[in-house]
Amino acid sequence: MQPVKAFRGKVVPLPINDIDTDQIIPARFLKTIEKLGLGENLFNDWRYLPDGTPNPEFVLNQPRANGASILLAGDNFGCGSSREHAPWALLGFGLRAVISTSFADIFRNNCLKNGLLPIIVDVNTHQELFDRTDADPEFAVSVDLETQSVEFLDGRTASFPIDGFSRQCLLEGGDQLSYIQQRMAAITAYERVSATPLDTLA
Amino acid sequence: MTTSRTLYDKVWDSHVVAHDSGAPAVLYIDLHLVHEVTSPQAFQGLRDRGIGVRRPDRTMATMDHSIPTRNQALPIIDPIAAKQVQQLRINCGEFGVPLADLGDDSQGIVHVIGPELGLTRPGITIVCGDSHTSTHGAFGALAFGIGTTEVEHVLATQCLLQDRSRTCEVRFDGLPARGVVAKDLILALIAEIGIGGGTGSVFEYTGEAIRALSMEGRMTVCNMSIEGGARAGMIAPDETTYEYLAGRPSSPSGADWDAAVSRWKQLPSDDGAQYDRTVRVDAASLEPMITWGTNPGMGVPITQPVPEPNGGSGVRKALDYMQLEPGKPLLGQPVDVVFVGSCTNSRISDLRQAANLLKGRKVSSGVRMLVVPGSEQIRAQAESEGLSEVFRMAGADWREAGCSMCIAMNGDQLDNGQYCVSTSNRNFEGRQGKGGRTFLASPLTAAATAIEGAVADPRRYL
Repeated sequence: MQPVKAFRGKVVPLPINDIDTDQIIPARFLKTIEKLGLGENLFNDWRYLPDGTPNPEFVLNQPRANGASILLAGDNFGCGSSREHAPWALLGFGLRAVISTSFADIFRNNCLKNGLLPIIVDVNTHQELFDRTDADPEFAVSVDLETQSVEFLDGRTASFPIDGFSRQCLLEGGDQLSYIQQRMAAITAYERVSATPLDTLA
Repeated sequence: MTTSRTLYDKVWDSHVVAHDSGAPAVLYIDLHLVHEVTSPQAFQGLRDRGIGVRRPDRTMATMDHSIPTRNQALPIIDPIAAKQVQQLRINCGEFGVPLADLGDDSQGIVHVIGPELGLTRPGITIVCGDSHTSTHGAFGALAFGIGTTEVEHVLATQCLLQDRSRTCEVRFDGLPARGVVAKDLILALIAEIGIGGGTGSVFEYTGEAIRALSMEGRMTVCNMSIEGGARAGMIAPDETTYEYLAGRPSSPSGADWDAAVSRWKQLPSDDGAQYDRTVRVDAASLEPMITWGTNPGMGVPITQPVPEPNGGSGVRKALDYMQLEPGKPLLGQPVDVVFVGSCTNSRISDLRQAANLLKGRKVSSGVRMLVVPGSEQIRAQAESEGLSEVFRMAGADWREAGCSMCIAMNGDQLDNGQYCVSTSNRNFEGRQGKGGRTFLASPLTAAATAIEGAVADPRRYL
């Protein structure tokens, strides 16, 4: 995973609540055995008309989405299935962060493990961001993970929460598997003494 | 100091391998279930790192999502699905993971076969790259869905980094009336708290209505915990649990069984244990439930009207997608398809409920009814009990085991604009096929709807 530190990005608004992972990447695209290539089917059924051409009404098909790296979404983003294909598709499109008032647990976990930043803001900041993107299609913000803040061009800043461990992993581009592997002695000891007997090979 | 602990606390505490301050706990995973859709990139990750599966003997794979539900003995026609299924065979062979392959009598939906084989047990931790892993919580296990990166972590180390969840007691008081079943309990809860209501929490279901449920009903309830935003739902084990588990292929036996039961009896939440929150549902006053919208929280008692938009853009958007008129009950709404199946409602008792209603009756002309058993064992059982014959005589399509039209990855799907009453768990836009419109309901409501060709109240058939 590439380290995530600070970046500036254009914000593209998708003011819909409860966007589920079936909308982010419909199940029929999960037959792939790869992680790459999912970006073209991001929001597929909203983004393309039945004949396969881009739906001009959908925000990701509009000029304002060119070069955008931050998605501003409604409440409870990423509910539903555990498919990690959802953050893979968002990253594949070129997004680096999603801003919402809340994220579903599994989706949020999956984002953090892939360097896609889930930014939680309060209701007022959320509304203000939508107002700004309404007023200015080129509206951009600076995101700084070190200080856990989103900064508007005029200097207004909003802070966002993230647990210290995930933050450190993102800043360092750290691999969480190696963290677990460093506890192998404890794992072996647990297995010897405490683990419930169970054998799928029997 | 002695502290009263909840069921969740007990299972959590007994699985923490290490816990550094400022970091999540390293949690031991007793059982890792694997399927074809969310595992290939994880196995590839192991290959890239040059490491193996640490505990193949705590891992069990099956194929369920991408597979056809008829002619499973023949080659899969969809080349992309065929490749994914073949990749699972290659991965299991290379890494020594046991696989319930197509044609094996243990094959089926991952959350159906775990309990069936006796691998799912009280007090253990279970994960799978699938959000409906919450199903296994019905046994008093801590079971939850994970992403593919985490699948790789568990394959490599048998552990997962986890933060402790908040606990939420969901208490169902009273006993439900005739015609109101497990599916209605959970749909009523989600309609009450909303699809984000359980975010950050683990549910523990308690109360008279839960105690009265069979293990299969409890699995239906726990299965949809995730639709209320909770990653896991748990039910304390009791005699019903032990009776279900006794004699299963992987269940302990002899002295091991007795020892296991005495351990399991320690699991229920202590008197005075504190939950972070409690939600109460009056089970006795519930009616059969049905969803009208595009998420599982958009549900109403079947006699009640579809809500008015009231300025809520979510409701308006959902009504627009569903092409429904607000202010009117769904009763009488014509449907094109009825689907009985999925990890929510494809077990033998679900099939018996549907068959009892359909016996001697016909599926309405113009309605396509698909009945898909959750596992090969259930298929065989249903055939030996004559249920499959009831479905066939009624004009329904009787299939082989798989996820089928719940997720529509395998060609079993709705056409654009079709309405379906489905016993599955998600009514998201396009979930059952692009442009398809789903009403979630119980197997009873599904069967009554199939007979009438329109959304129907099952109580008139009971």
